Order: sequence, then C-alpha cells, then structure tokens
Amino acid sequence: MRIGVLALQGAFREHLDTLHAIGVEGVRVREPADLDGVSGLILPGGESTTMRQLIERWGLRQPILELAERGAPIFGTCAGMILLAREIAGDEPPTLPVLDVTVERNAFGRQLDSFEAEVPVPILGDRPVHAVFIRAPIIERTSPEVDVLARLDDGRIVAVRERNILATAFHPELAGETRFHRLMATMAAEHDDPGEGSGRRPHPTRRGRPAR
Amino acid sequence: MTVETSTWATKKGLAQMLKGGVIMDVVTPEQAKLAEDAGAVAVMALERVPADIRAAGGVARMSDPSIIEAIMDAVTIPVMAKARIGHFVEAQVLEALGVDYIDESEVLTPADESNHIDKHAFKVPFVCGCRNLGEALRRINEGAAMMRTKGEAGTGNIVEAVRQLRDVLAEMRRLRGMREDELFAAAKELGAPYELVKQVAADGKLPVVNFVAGGISTPADAALVMQLGAEGVFVGSGIFKSEDPARMANAIVQATTFFDDPKKIAEVSKGLGAPMRGIALEEIPDRERLAVRGW
Repeated sequence: MRIGVLALQGAFREHLDTLHAIGVEGVRVREPADLDGVSGLILPGGESTTMRQLIERWGLRQPILELAERGAPIFGTCAGMILLAREIAGDEPPTLPVLDVTVERNAFGRQLDSFEAEVPVPILGDRPVHAVFIRAPIIERTSPEVDVLARLDDGRIVAVRERNILATAFHPELAGETRFHRLMATMAAEHDDPGEGSGRRPHPTRRGRPAR
Repeated sequence: MTVETSTWATKKGLAQMLKGGVIMDVVTPEQAKLAEDAGAVAVMALERVPADIRAAGGVARMSDPSIIEAIMDAVTIPVMAKARIGHFVEAQVLEALGVDYIDESEVLTPADESNHIDKHAFKVPFVCGCRNLGEALRRINEGAAMMRTKGEAGTGNIVEAVRQLRDVLAEMRRLRGMREDELFAAAKELGAPYELVKQVAADGKLPVVNFVAGGISTPADAALVMQLGAEGVFVGSGIFKSEDPARMANAIVQATTFFDDPKKIAEVSKGLGAPMRGIALEEIPDRERLAVRGW
C-alpha cells in the first residue's frame, strides 16, 4: 500500500516521515501521474492560497476529486483541511469541495495566537492528541453527514470525518503523533480490500458531476 | 485543556509550513496582493526593496508601521517585517503591530556592533541571516526559529547565496563525519554552542528551517538553490525590479515547487521579459557589502 502526500508546498516531508514511522510507504505527489497506484492522499499544512494555485496550474484538481469519489481516504491538515472544505468563510472559492463543512481561515488570529494544546480525540483512544495549531483554521459549520472528532474546550470544532475524508485544523505531524496516520492507513486498507459484505459506497456528498 | 501560545513548536512550525515556498519583498498593499495571487507563501513588508536601499545609501531603518499595517490588511498570507540587527525596540514595535515573523536583517543598518536581539524574549518568531554554520547556530542559540543564508541583497546576483549555502551544508557534512570527542574543538572553531553542534552532527541538518535569500532573480536561480539543499527562497528586488513582476513572481513559485524538473523550469521560464539588471560583486566596494553585517 502506498499513500500519496501532496508535495507542492508546505510540510509534506513531516507527513512522509510519519508514514515511514508507521511502516507505510509514502510518495510525493506533484502532478497527476504521481497519483497512479496510491491508496489514499494526504494534503499537508502550508499556505492554502499557494497550494490552490499550484493544484489548478498542474491539473491536479480533477484526479484528486476522482480519487475521493472512488472512496480512497483523503486526509487534510490545516491548509489541507481548507483545500477540502466545501465552503470557506469570506467567499473564497473552494478548491476540492469534498468535505461538507464551512471553514474560517486564520480563525484564531495571527501567528502570535498560534498555540499547543492537549485535545481529546475519543476515536483515537483515551490519551489526548498533542495538537499544534499554527495560524489555524476552524470548522464553523458541519453537515449532518460529518462526524465531529474533536473540539476545543469552548466547543469549536477542530477535527472531523465524513466517510473517507479526514481533516484536522492542527498538525499531528509536528508532534510525533501517529494515530491519525494509522487511522488513515486502516481506511486505505479497507478501501483497497473492502472484504465481504462491505461494498463500495459512493461518496455521500457528491451530487452529480464534481464542480470544475 | 491547557493552552500554550507562542511556543518553540509554533514558532518553528510556521517556518515548516512555509517550506518549498517563495517569500517576496513588497512595498505596497497592491504589490502584496500581486505576490499573494502569484502564489507567495508570505510577504516581507518594506518601505524600499534592497536594491533601492542600496542605491539610496544613508541609514536604513524599520519601515513605517502604517505601511506594514496596510500590507497586513491586504493579504491573508503571513506578513514578515525587518528590524535592524540588535535593535530590540524596533522588534518590540513589530511585535506590537502583530507581524507574523520578524527578520533581524543585515539589509538594514545595524544598531548594535556586538549584540544581536535576544529573540527568546519575544513571542513573535524571528528569522535571521547567516553566511556560515557558526553564524547560523549563534542565531539559533539566541532564539531564531528560522534561518536564511544572506546572499548579497539587492544585487540580483546569485553567487554569494550559492557560496554561503554550500558553506553551511559543507560544514554540516564535516560535523557528521566527526568523532564525538572532536565536536568540542569544532564548536570552539565555529564559535557556536556545543549542544547545537552536537545536534547538527547527529541530525545532519539545522534544527530550524533554512531558506536562501539575497540575489535570486530568475526561476532557474530559485531551482538552483533548491537543488543545492535550500528549503525555500526569499526573493527581494528580483520580482518588482523585473520587467513583468506578476509573471516573474509566478514563474519563481512554479520553479521552486518543480526545482528538480528541468522541463517544467524551461516551460515556466519562457517569455518572462527582462529580470532585474543585477550587479557584479566586484563592483561593490567592501564597505557597501551587506552580508558582512552581523556577528
């Protein structure tokens, strides 16, 4: 099994290292051909405006949407989460609208407001996740299809899952946290080999043709 | 839930998010917007680009806060600003403005001939320039969360940037081959703290992200330093002193991503118009060289 990591800009090395640490082969994805044979894709932290521009310029939007539509797991951290959101507060156009949420960019303020916190993520077990938030976005709205995986004390949503789409406002890859990547690898393995009775499911929020 | 702001991980982490990207010098909100649209990962808010600072002479200081604020309002990407070497009050002012990163920069006239800013004392992270490994580790010891080689700013000439990056990387390779008992003497020779020298010898890389600055003016320049081992680039005068800044900016962004793909670099380099004119290093008298500032 190979997991792709979008390597246009940002902290993709850290995700490749985390995959390596859990014994999963990671591959850099910069153009459509790099997606051949991957069982899932990670969209790293970085600048979402930069990554959006490079995704469009090099024709990655359609192949990533198709990968998501086939049910392969897609995991976005921070800027990666912004790229996956169907709506961005402030009328910015979405890039890969496969996650039915509204995100607000730089929701905590500027760099001076970046922080670390121990965030409980029940599906990953009792031990909280050491989460690093850097000029982080927040999820303002979720559709009923979206599972909330983690909230801050004030109730703000910082991690979600909608079927095969996983997203965090923070950076597990900066703190030696491997459980999100393990979860993703499990999802990818299930996608590759669904097993008896599980069946392939269409993407739940895709209606008709994907947006161009 | 305990929440801790401005930690080492968040300071260093923002630089990690900028990797593989281009940080562009801008002097107006319009230029900042152009840079953002072209794919810049951050902008450096200035009153004048280094080529103009060089031409103007005199004392170069922190920019007018109103210019920095106007640029912060214009874009959503991080905004950096420069303080003079050792001028901790300029840094306090920049922190009060809420900039995302402070560059303690040799491009401005130094304010202190022996001390750099104690960067641990600030909540906002710092990037500093270096010419060699010793200088880099001294700055990291003072609290810099990101490094950049200095190059020779405002020249449009890549030669100094290449020399300095090769020096830093060669010194790290040399440390990696040393016995542990040789690292004490190496630390003394580098003028750097032993603990950091030991860490570099073990990891083979700096403990913070390292970009290249000073002299990048074409997509191929950016790709050259990326292939040599830079983690990203600062482009100062190279964009807004070129014939078509929007196209040049975007082409440098593309070449930084596809730095090891000559076909793509060729494609993005076509028809960009003239890059900035540039200056041969021999034409610059020693006293006007910026890279030697810093200790």
